[in-house]
Formats: sequence, structure tokens, C-alpha cells
Amino acid sequence: MSSAPFRERLIHWALAGSAATSLFALGGIMFFLFWEGLPLFADYNVIDFLFGSFWYPTAEPPEFGIFPLVAGSLAVTFLASLIAVPLGVLTAAYLTEIASARIRRICKPMIELLAALPSVVIGFFGMIIVAPFLQDYLGADTGLNLFNAGLMLAFMSVPTICSISEDALYAVPRSLREASLALGATRWETTLHVVLPAALSGIGTAVMLGMSRAIGETMVVLMVAGGAGMLPTSIFDPVRPMPASIAAEMAEAPFRGEHYHALFAIGIVLFLFTLAFNIIAHSVASKHKQVGSSGL
Amino acid sequence: MKGIRTLFTAMLALSIATPGIAASKEEVIINGSTTVLPVMQKVTESFAAEHPNVDISLSGGGSGNGIKALTDGLCQIAMSSRDIKGNEVELAKSKGKEPVRTAVAIDALVPIVHPSNPVADLSAAQLRDIYKGIIKNWKEIGGSDSKIVIISRDTSSGTYETWEEVIMKKEKVTPAALLQASSGSVVQAVSKNKNAIGYIGFGYLDPSVKKLNMESVEANASTALSRQWPISRELYVFTDGEPKGAAKQLLDYLLDPQKGQKAVSEVGFVPLQAQ
Repeated sequence: MSSAPFRERLIHWALAGSAATSLFALGGIMFFLFWEGLPLFADYNVIDFLFGSFWYPTAEPPEFGIFPLVAGSLAVTFLASLIAVPLGVLTAAYLTEIASARIRRICKPMIELLAALPSVVIGFFGMIIVAPFLQDYLGADTGLNLFNAGLMLAFMSVPTICSISEDALYAVPRSLREASLALGATRWETTLHVVLPAALSGIGTAVMLGMSRAIGETMVVLMVAGGAGMLPTSIFDPVRPMPASIAAEMAEAPFRGEHYHALFAIGIVLFLFTLAFNIIAHSVASKHKQVGSSGL
Repeated sequence: MKGIRTLFTAMLALSIATPGIAASKEEVIINGSTTVLPVMQKVTESFAAEHPNVDISLSGGGSGNGIKALTDGLCQIAMSSRDIKGNEVELAKSKGKEPVRTAVAIDALVPIVHPSNPVADLSAAQLRDIYKGIIKNWKEIGGSDSKIVIISRDTSSGTYETWEEVIMKKEKVTPAALLQASSGSVVQAVSKNKNAIGYIGFGYLDPSVKKLNMESVEANASTALSRQWPISRELYVFTDGEPKGAAKQLLDYLLDPQKGQKAVSEVGFVPLQAQ
């Protein structure tokens, strides 16, 4: 029979090994991404790539200007946050500050279920229900546009934003609320001026994670954003966010051709964006870390 | 939509077990264009019934992927909606493969509009000007006074390449065009938008959209075969060297006017003439 210390060590290494697996996976994927993406810049200028305004990957000569795609991604993400952030944070505030325990027990799983909806289902909803509505009632030239995509992505980021914000609000010590109420503030004033600011770092993290979810989402934007590679001038213009371009074109791009490398290079840009969002989320969380009840 | 299609393109492995007899089975792996996939699906089903000793696995993933799989020796037959490119031939040769092309069907593209659109006939030049973004309003070509919503396929698709070659004459489609990732989603988008124009393969026509004539030529099988219909292309399969063994049996079956070519027209493409 093996001794207890040996078993301990075995378990120790088994756990360390499983933790390392995801690290290796991340490292491997990153290496692959850069390995396949960087060759583009051997014969295509980085500035032309990032700021060129035409994406004609199969033309002769090809043009790989991703500026409209980046603008499309940012516009869609910004619009989605504009809708999802107030909705998510206020829902979280309602759940922690106002709702009774019973309502909370029912509502929270429902909101989390929204996150479990497959994105293709949300995409279908946008295509079949929202798009004709935008055309018939709001006079959009096409219902497959920036607004539709932003709205659908907002649906997808609300659960993330709400769930993390709710945890942050819930973690605000009771003593802060009690002190505020004792000083004569109303419940609304307490929520707005005491609880929300105290949980700001958690909410910031929630917003950033929600945004990184929105910018990387592929299926929804592929289905409802319209796919026009031009700079949007109104919220009813069709756009072509980066993930949609990659998903639509990768299968047909000749292996290891310029177009193939260009799609990976878009992947790098996208990766840097999500990385930035995650770093911001992390630094917001650690910089404004709530210490004990003196977090304010 | 291509994502879904690829995901849902289940590996179609048809095998018929013959217990007690250790029959040696030949395996044929087919990969490539999702345009050719429906034809292949139909053909392999009936082929497998006639040839129980052949194991077929079929999957889609795009013309480029199919040719790459052939190059890497991962499949024996690559389906493609376009001809093989120069650099793909070079890559194949560098790996000791020699891609051989066989035409299997004709795919004709047809411009479509919403059924309520009064416009019924356009010339190639008018289509080109619409897709270049010069003609912007339906009233300029005899329709109602509303902006034209241009729907195109993504630039890597074989369908787009055919359109670019035949209609655009290598000029660029306006960046304002909505790019859809599959013919199915073009139909979907046009059927939901009164001001839209799009183009699809014959096989995707359905009553939710209206096909346009081109200079009084109607798009149908006979005009496509006689090449009166201006926008048509051949669909191919590629093999490493001349097809051999089970792959040859399958391709012969596919090209047989009474068998495979019937499936071609059932799926909505145009069968090759005079076999």
C-alpha cells in the first residue's frame, strides 16, 4: 500500500497537471495564431492592414484593409454595452436591494438561463423577428444592421454583466447600508450613492467581461449584422464585424495563402482587443479592491 | 450560416454489416464545397445501397478545405465549386499529389428580388451597375422609388467568384453590399426585404423570392444547358491522379445520366449534357 505522503504528492501533481493543461492550450493557440497571422506582414504593410478602408481579399491585387471591420466590431460592441450595461447593472441593483428573497430565487436562474441560450438561436430571432420589424416599422433599408446586432449582443451580455454585478453588490457589507440609512438617507439614495460606488470595481469588471463577450461573439453578428464592409454612418447601416469576416471566409480561403494569413491576422487583432478588455477588467478589480468595510 | 452548415454537416458514414463474412471494405472519404455537398449526399446514399462493400464518409467545409484535405491525403475526392488555384496545385505537387479535375454538374446563378418587386428583367450591364453602386434606386430601372438593398455572397465563396467574373467583369462589388455567408441566407434576406436584390444558384430558388430574366432569357435548365443563360459555372470534384477503385466507381455512378445526374437535377442543379 502506498503511503499517505505519496498519495498526497500524486494528487498534488495530478491537480497541477490539469491546471497546466489550460495554460498549455492557451499558449499553443496563441503561438498558432501568431504563426499563421504574422506572415501576412511580410508583403503587406501593417498600416495598410489596420487603416485601409477596403476589404477585397480575393481581388487582384487583394486589399486587406480591416478598418471598416474594426469599426464595425467597436460600433456593435459599443451599442450593445449602451443597452446592456444599464440593463444589467440596474437588474442587479433590483435583485440585491429591492427584490424579496423569493423573487430573487426565481429571477436569478432565469437571467442566467439567458446566457445559456445558444447564440445561433439569438441570431435566428434577430433575423426572423427583429429584422422585418426594423424594416417595416422603423423604415430601415435593411433590418440586418448595426442596431439589430447591437440589440442581440446586448441580450447575450446582460446575463454576464448582471450576474457579476449582482455578486459585487451582494458583497457590499451590510454595515455600509445600515450606516447610510442611519444617517437619514433613503433606500434609493443609499443604493445610488453608497452601495453602487462601493461595488464599482466589481461592476467595472462585469462591464468589461460583458464587452469582451460581445466583441468576440461570432454567430450572431454573422447572421444579423448585414455584412457590409463599410464604415457605418447611422445605426441602421449594415456592418461587418471582425469575427463575422473570419467565420464567413475561412472555409473558402486557400490554405496558407495571403487571404488565409490575413484572416489569422484579424484573429490577432481580435485577440488583442479581448486581451485589453480582460486586462482592464483585472486592473479595475485589483486597483479598486474593496478592503473590509472601508472600501469606499 | 456557413458555421451552422459545417457543424451540421454530419459525417455520413454508411456501412452495412455482413455478419460472418469478413468482406474487405474499401473506404472513400469525400470533403469540400458545401455547394456540391447536397448532390454528393444524394448520390452516395443510393450508391452505398448498390455497393455495400464501399464505406463512404462525406463532409462539407468549403472548396478550399476540400482541396487542402486532398493535398494532405485526408480524402480521396474533393468537391469544389471553383477551379483549383495555381498555388493550390503547387502545394499539392510539393506533397506528391496530382489533382485531376472532373466536372459533375452545372450550377447556374440567377438574380432574385422580392416577389412584390415590379422589376422582372435586367441586363447584365444593369446588374453590374447595381452591384457597383452606380444604380442606387429601383426607379432608375423601372421599379418603385426606393433604395436598392444589394445582397451579395461573401468574397471567398465560389458563387461570388462566378458572379464577379461573369457579371462584374472583375470590377468590385460596392462595399455597401450586404455579404451573406450562404445561398440559403441570401434567399432568407431577399424574401424578408422588399427592396433587396440578390443572386443564388438554381438549386436554392423557392417561391419566397422572384427570379429575374436577363434580356428576355428565362433562367431554367434548358437555357442553362444551351448556355443561353449567361451566368453559369461547372461544379467539380478533384481526385489525386485519375480516379481509381471505389472512387472511380462512385464518380462513374455520379456521371451516369440515369443515376447520379438524375440526383443532380433533383437537388436543383443542371445535369451535364450528353453523357
